[in-house]
Amino acid sequence: MSEVSYVRTEMLPEREPPATTIGVIGWMRENLFSGWFNTALTIVSLTFVVMLLNAILPWIFSPTWYATSLGECRDILRGMGREGHYPGACWGVIRDRWVQLLFGFYPSELYWRPIMAFLLLGVALAPVLFSDRVPRKLLWFSAVYPFLFPWLLWGGPIWGPLMVIAGFVIGWFVYRAADKRAGGLAGIIAGVLAAVIWWLLVSGYVIDGVSAVLPIGIEAVQSRNFGGFMLSVTIGVVAIACSLPIGVVLALGRQSDLLIVKALCVGFIEFIRGVPLITLLFVASTLLNIFMPPGTNFDIILRVIIMATLFASAYMAEVIRGGLAALPQGQYEGADSLGLDYWQAQRLVIMPQALKISIPGIVSTFIGLFKDTTLVSIIGLLDPLGLSNSIRADAAWNGIVWEIYGFIALLFFAFCFAMSRYSMYLERKLNTGHH
Amino acid sequence: MATVSDPPKEAFRLSQLIYDTRYRSMTIQIVALIGFLVLIGWLISNTAQNLADLGKEPSFQFMGEAAGYDINQRLIDYNNQDSHLRAAFVGILNTLLVAVMGCATATILGVIIGVLRLSKNWLVGRLMTVYVEIFRNVPVLLWIVFIMAILIETLPAPRDFRGDDPVASMKLFDTVAITNRGVYIPDPLFGADAKDDKGAFLDEPVGWRVGLGDYPVGASRDNPSCERYYATEGPGAGEPAAGCGTFQISLDLLLALAVLIAGLYASHRIKRRADRIQNATGVRPVTWYLRLGVVILPFAITLWALGFYFAFPELRGFNFQGGTHMRNSLIALWLALSLYTAAFIAEIVRAGILAISHGQTEAASALGLRPKRIMNLVILPQALRVIIPPLISNYLNLTKNSSLAIAVGYMDITGTLMGITLNQTGRELETVLLGMLIYLTISLIISAVMNWYNNSVKLVER
Repeated sequence: MSEVSYVRTEMLPEREPPATTIGVIGWMRENLFSGWFNTALTIVSLTFVVMLLNAILPWIFSPTWYATSLGECRDILRGMGREGHYPGACWGVIRDRWVQLLFGFYPSELYWRPIMAFLLLGVALAPVLFSDRVPRKLLWFSAVYPFLFPWLLWGGPIWGPLMVIAGFVIGWFVYRAADKRAGGLAGIIAGVLAAVIWWLLVSGYVIDGVSAVLPIGIEAVQSRNFGGFMLSVTIGVVAIACSLPIGVVLALGRQSDLLIVKALCVGFIEFIRGVPLITLLFVASTLLNIFMPPGTNFDIILRVIIMATLFASAYMAEVIRGGLAALPQGQYEGADSLGLDYWQAQRLVIMPQALKISIPGIVSTFIGLFKDTTLVSIIGLLDPLGLSNSIRADAAWNGIVWEIYGFIALLFFAFCFAMSRYSMYLERKLNTGHH
Repeated sequence: MATVSDPPKEAFRLSQLIYDTRYRSMTIQIVALIGFLVLIGWLISNTAQNLADLGKEPSFQFMGEAAGYDINQRLIDYNNQDSHLRAAFVGILNTLLVAVMGCATATILGVIIGVLRLSKNWLVGRLMTVYVEIFRNVPVLLWIVFIMAILIETLPAPRDFRGDDPVASMKLFDTVAITNRGVYIPDPLFGADAKDDKGAFLDEPVGWRVGLGDYPVGASRDNPSCERYYATEGPGAGEPAAGCGTFQISLDLLLALAVLIAGLYASHRIKRRADRIQNATGVRPVTWYLRLGVVILPFAITLWALGFYFAFPELRGFNFQGGTHMRNSLIALWLALSLYTAAFIAEIVRAGILAISHGQTEAASALGLRPKRIMNLVILPQALRVIIPPLISNYLNLTKNSSLAIAVGYMDITGTLMGITLNQTGRELETVLLGMLIYLTISLIISAVMNWYNNSVKLVER
């Protein structure tokens, strides 16, 4: 009997996968041509892309950077033999006006101030946004920054912001002193009262007095000179920063068991969320002065910032409420069982976690608000859109459409896209933290 | 035997209001309420003082005065002698018009884009991602003014349609004219509303008149809009004429709609009967022609009897006449709002579909369901549950964003009441507050309706 072995004794050498499943061809078969429907879709969208690029690219590559008017652009293009309704872009308008679109009518020798303010904003935000990579000492700078920011933008004597800080310091010391003598609640009331009295009644005289003796300060800039992209960022940043604490209070109020407090918070939030921002801006431009004591008249940017803050805080409250709701019940119970009172529990256990969960939502609220700052052009402020109207009305550039709107859209896109990517990065980072 | 004695009763001390948790919440609430009332009182007294100084006592008298401005895009009759109230009403209707059109288009576009973004086709997926990112990250106001500028700059002028060899031509079998002054579409009319060449109502209608005509609501001699319309002599003396009253309800349209709804109901009954027969005998009778006929035939006969016809736009002189004129402002607003909101809806739809785990599909096919039924019975009901709540807030956003109409001159409620009426009467307080109230009402109604719908599709959970 002979032994016939049908069992292979050695391994076959590995073979290359079929050429049609690897490399570029394989990828294309898999992702572009995996069936008649997919192939049709690919062909249709490819045609669309090619047509789009065919129309746009020659338009974009147009040597009109140094033109000084639309007519000159057309002459340059005609000289190259390009005729038609849209022979090419007229980039001269961007070269001519980009500074204005960024800074409005801010004095050009002072451009370093807004630039510095926004660079420092990045530094001040770093310990909050990238908490794992930046030393925590920077938080001190973040605390001072809210006073530095308006001073850099609006200028004036340095004593104004310093006196505002002094109000906080005085309030803190009065709180500490009263806390020892009369207990917690009395301490808080005394501290707040002291600070308010300082700001409203005393600080004005002190500022005048000190400024007369030591006139340290930088050149003041009027609000009406603010404009362009700088104005959008200013309104957006200030409104979001101010809306965060208000939003926290509103969210807590909405979650609380106190019936009247809850009703007030719900009423406020739903009212603000139920009306368009433009109506609130009308309130800012026409009604806010009527609501204030007779004779009050404060500037339009401040009024817009106030209404934008109220608007953002209602949305912020909903975002933070979502964060609060996402916390497991055990966290509240754990804090209770440790014997913490309400505010201690909020400060030490609930808020640090809830705020961390809400950061992506806060960022998207900010993106929304930032986009909505373009609405101020309707009430006559010169944000990029408001400026674009005056540029389009200029005799030299009358008839420009695509270039100017494209440039503004690109600015907003870059800003908002970067932020939404950051928010997605954060979401991923936070997601891995949970099980 | 143990006796439990009550703790000694303490007299109520004032400090308990602060330090005793039983009373503290009451204290806080009362303090908050007082603070709120003081704030409101302070605002009201300031306002009263300021308005008295300006000599403008708050009153809504001005709403009855003649508005004195024209509104070029409107759904109901209006002229500049009508009251501010009527102008505001025209504005509300315009807001609702663009909101409804926008929501419908945005939903359709959004669903298509959201599904295509999940496509296995790399190129299509990327294209849709680019679309979503571009539209989401640029302000909607910029889109509105941008699209408005594009419409004006790139579309052919009406004069381009003239001549033997025109530069531009009408679309869709010569029924739609797209020009830089707006889009002209066929106007559905009933025989009774026959108009002459200039678009005015005729005393003696062209052709025959069978229709029921329009019913003027609120027509009386006291109604200022009716003064012009009461014939003083002739056979119709004392009768309100067409175009009078607060608004007109087209009885023809109501009748046609009633017939259509009755037809749909009859078709539903036929389907129920077929179901019953199928359950009893196992054989389903063929009913599709019956169901189709019972809807279409009576409707078509009614339309014919009422003298239904389309008024097509025609080029006369330097512009198009006839048909419905949708102005650029409306088109730009509608397109921009739809495209912008569609990007958000696409993301919602995509998230909703991704949220349904693959096990659901597998389980459904293990039960022997066909792919279409899997989609209808298993995937969609669950995806809808995820999709609808954020969809509601996007509809609300679209409605609120429609207030940006003022940037392109579309006369919605912001443009009429809070725009020209405010400027002409100088009544900031009344107009802005009334406008906010109207938006608040619209928002609350939309969210109420959509929440009701959401509750009806919500899966019942344990």
